[in-house]
Amino acid sequence: MTFIRPHLNGCWLAPPMLLAALLAGTAIGETSISVDTILKVLANQLWGAEYAVDRIDAGIIWNYRLSRAVVAACCGASLALAGVVLQALLRNPLADPYLMGISAGASTGAVAVMVAGLGAGALTLSAGAFAGAGLAFGLVVLLAHAASSPTGGGRATQAAGAIILAGIAGSQLFNALTAFIIAKSANAEQARGIMFWLLGNLSGVRWADAALALPAALGGLLICLWHRRALDAFTFGADSAASMGIAVRPIRALLIIAMALVTAVMVSMVGAIGFVGLVIPHAMRFIVGSQHTRLVPASALAGALFLIGADILSRVIVPGQVLPIGVVTSLIGAPAFALILVRGRSAP
Amino acid sequence: MNLSAENLSWRVHGHTLLENVSLAVASGQTFGLVGPNGSGKTTLLRLLAGLGKPKTGRVLLGGTPLARMRQRHIAQSIALVEQQAETTDRIQVRQVVALGRTPFLSALRAWAKEDDAIVDQALVDVDMAHMAGRLWHTLSGGERQRVHIARALAQQPKILLLDEPTNHLDIRHQLSILELVRQLPITVIITLHDLNQAMTCDRLGIMDGGQLVGVGKPGEVLTPTRLQQTFGVQAELLAGDNGEQVMRFYHA
Ligand SMILES: Nc1ncnc2c1ncn2[C@@H]1O[C@H](COP(=O)(O)OP(=O)(O)OP(=O)(O)O)[C@@H](O)[C@H]1O
Ligand SMILES: [Mg+2]
Repeated sequence: MTFIRPHLNGCWLAPPMLLAALLAGTAIGETSISVDTILKVLANQLWGAEYAVDRIDAGIIWNYRLSRAVVAACCGASLALAGVVLQALLRNPLADPYLMGISAGASTGAVAVMVAGLGAGALTLSAGAFAGAGLAFGLVVLLAHAASSPTGGGRATQAAGAIILAGIAGSQLFNALTAFIIAKSANAEQARGIMFWLLGNLSGVRWADAALALPAALGGLLICLWHRRALDAFTFGADSAASMGIAVRPIRALLIIAMALVTAVMVSMVGAIGFVGLVIPHAMRFIVGSQHTRLVPASALAGALFLIGADILSRVIVPGQVLPIGVVTSLIGAPAFALILVRGRSAP
Repeated sequence: MNLSAENLSWRVHGHTLLENVSLAVASGQTFGLVGPNGSGKTTLLRLLAGLGKPKTGRVLLGGTPLARMRQRHIAQSIALVEQQAETTDRIQVRQVVALGRTPFLSALRAWAKEDDAIVDQALVDVDMAHMAGRLWHTLSGGERQRVHIARALAQQPKILLLDEPTNHLDIRHQLSILELVRQLPITVIITLHDLNQAMTCDRLGIMDGGQLVGVGKPGEVLTPTRLQQTFGVQAELLAGDNGEQVMRFYHA
């Protein structure tokens, strides 16, 4: 029957949707730029065409807006995938890099690198963020394990509630650490910049960032697609996955480390953005079902579109001012999540 | 394929859940495991399925230690139906059964027509074909159990481990699942609480306090003394119409 097959109907929709979103992200902003001009600038840059365009427009389009839209797409896709993977492996509908303290840990790591002045290149920031993310995840899992072990024996299904509580504790701890580092070591100007970045900010993004974000997001997507059947096999828990031939420990470690790494890269560029990893996978499950052959690509696409959209909104919602993108995602995400919770209850 | 265990022990937080269990199940046999709640049946099945590393001893699959095999290869021979396995995912019956094909699929071996045929047959075997499109959370307990059994059948195992598969089933489906299991030309290890049903196994193992206290032909091991010692009940044998014997139990 057809619904089992990796049914790729609708797949052809992805590239045009993504292109349209990227174009919109490039066209809309404080100064609106026509699609015609954008296409000319792109042709000039990509194929060396020689259309006459305004130099300033060309600069805005190529150096600021397009790179920004690309990073937004990568970031949205990655955070959504991290949510998909954590939810599948931990058998917990609330698992998400933000709720579990991974994003908070990554922020702490990145801020420590910034303040310590270890060369604020994209790579060193990402490395710091990854160290922080790994530390936070490790602590959260240890705490959850300890909290649930007398009865649960550390089985992931029983640790479900514990891991969220541990995540809250972990987030608080790392946010406090970040605040401490800023207060202790950053000067006033640094502090203002960091606080703005912490809430999620794409203003400083350039092509150098895109050059890191793009391979990270694509790598994350490929790893998830490659292991889509393993992710499916966790439907009834880790024991059931093992009985169907999944090498549970190595695969779980690989996928979680990959997602922590990808999350860290994104957080080090744009700060901690909430709700993407939570809302997008749940919304996509309603639309394409929970099989990862479809859920993984659908979530990556929806995450990318969502964050490009949120970035556009962050630029136009308050005229003359750019809101942190994390504020926009939370303003949309929190009610959306509430809706999903309520609908999920009435039709479990 | 035959499965055997040598001196298995299992401990959690200093509690011994399984102690020095050895057993051998010959190819094609239906081996029943009975014992009171908490006697270690599920723990033993987990180890036999390769889901944990025993603290001592080893499990041999056709002569090869499980510890030396990759999980995927184990799953191509051994399927397990757990006592309880739930999900909150929105997943259809047929998709659950299709999970049973996981050990045979890879990046290079995609889903094929024959997989569809195997899944269809498994659904027919447990009488769930008419519910193939239903969502998991809409199923009753017994229907879920049958879907899990179909998933295990879709694995086309040479050895099938069933942990209380008749739990939740109405009497007709209990009998049809047991009949199906008996007819399968494969090795089956099954835990049961209904001792009369256990009498129909080729051989029985009796668990008590983490130890295997008796192994042999059902009639030889399920003696009144054993029932008194292990289960704390008294039994009386009644003659059935077809000459078989039926046990009736009394509180000791
Ligand atoms: N992870 C664990 N931590 C602590 N004790 C455990 C754990 N798993 C099982 N046990 C204990 O081990 C004993 C054996 O459990 P097991 O599930 O194997 O029993 P069982 O024979 O299958 O019982 P039932 O008939 O109720 O299914 C029980 O007393 C149980 O409480
Ligand atoms: Mg049991």
